[in-house]
Amino acid sequence: MDIDLILRVYPFFLKAALVTIQLSVLTVALGLLCGSLGAAARLSRSWGLRLIGATYVSVIRGTPALIQLFILYFGGPQIGIQLDAFEAGVIGLGVNIGAYMTETIRGAIVAVDKGQTEAARTLGLSRSETMRKVILPQAARLMIRPLGVNINAQIKGTALVAAISVVELTYTAQRYIGSTYKPFEMFLLAGAIYMVIIHVTGLGVSWLDRRARIT
Amino acid sequence: MGLDFTVLPAFFALLLVGAGWTIAITVAAAILSFFGGIFLAVIALYGPAVLRYPFRLFAWLFMGTPLLLQLFLIYFGLIQIGIDLPAFVAGVIGLGLHFAVYNSDIIQAGILAVDRGQYEGARTLGLSRVQTIARIVVPQAVRSVIPPIGNNMIALLKDSALVSVIGVTELTLTAQLAISRTFRPFEFYLAAAACYYLINLVLEAGLRHIERRIQMAR
Repeated sequence: MDIDLILRVYPFFLKAALVTIQLSVLTVALGLLCGSLGAAARLSRSWGLRLIGATYVSVIRGTPALIQLFILYFGGPQIGIQLDAFEAGVIGLGVNIGAYMTETIRGAIVAVDKGQTEAARTLGLSRSETMRKVILPQAARLMIRPLGVNINAQIKGTALVAAISVVELTYTAQRYIGSTYKPFEMFLLAGAIYMVIIHVTGLGVSWLDRRARIT
Repeated sequence: MGLDFTVLPAFFALLLVGAGWTIAITVAAAILSFFGGIFLAVIALYGPAVLRYPFRLFAWLFMGTPLLLQLFLIYFGLIQIGIDLPAFVAGVIGLGLHFAVYNSDIIQAGILAVDRGQYEGARTLGLSRVQTIARIVVPQAVRSVIPPIGNNMIALLKDSALVSVIGVTELTLTAQLAISRTFRPFEFYLAAAACYYLINLVLEAGLRHIERRIQMAR
């Protein structure tokens, strides 16, 4: 174990970690947006929207995220979409995790007892009022934990953008493995930083989950 | 530069070979991750403390870091200690270990869910501790957790695309080879995506079949 080397290179890893955190925050935000729209489409009364939602989930979850990223970044210019690597990473991974979040959010909404809808409708609430005032507040509590699992996967998933040369944590580790021939040290250093990011996020999710339970 | 899908047929055979390697690496890694998962789960629950704690540390490290980073560690790490494995083998080990850790987590839950009476009954009938675990507890546990393990296998198929970065010539890398000759990334990555989607459909159908058979056997 080469401690000196670790002490020498860790500032570069911390800088790269900021990019990983940025990627995580932006992709999760975009994923939540796509997931909400996707779930709304999948639960819609219009069969056209349901078909669009189901196709989105099936295609995105049925193909590798890496390929989706490559289509967007390398193939995009052919159909007039010019993105730099960071933008392509955020959009590609955000749309990807959005498909998984669609199913999480839909699952939580469906899991709310059917009697709640029936009672609200009987009391004279409209369909949209029932959803907004009765179903969603209850579903929101149910989805915190599973969305936390999606977010945990996404933080690790941001490593994929190393393949399109975004200088984040994994890319930095790979470059230093190549130049120092110390894969174990570089893995531990990058791994430790990922652990910190994931565990801090996990604590945040647990805190939210606990709070949602009390009220 | 617009789209031109007429370039695809000339590389059909190449992509097919790539798809074959993707299936091969997925199957090999799936087998390793399945038996590795059982092994890790048994060690984590029944092993002596000297084994239990290092294994838990290993599992914790592998669940908290990206697969891509682990592939770099295994591929370059093995070279550093003088083991020059072909990229295919390094890819199978990397994918297999990564998913073994996830499978182990599921199998542990399955083992804990097996009725304690099964263990006690088997011991009373004179089976040794090892026999009881291997022949009574683990088979029941594994059967009950086949659906979530199946989900991991589907994730494994898609994550197999990552081994292209350590130079395994599977579907993603053959698409890249075709692109380097034609400069048509959109067409070839889309074709590769279609192949993955098809393999995925077959895998899902197969898993559903297995789940139904297990349900009937009960």
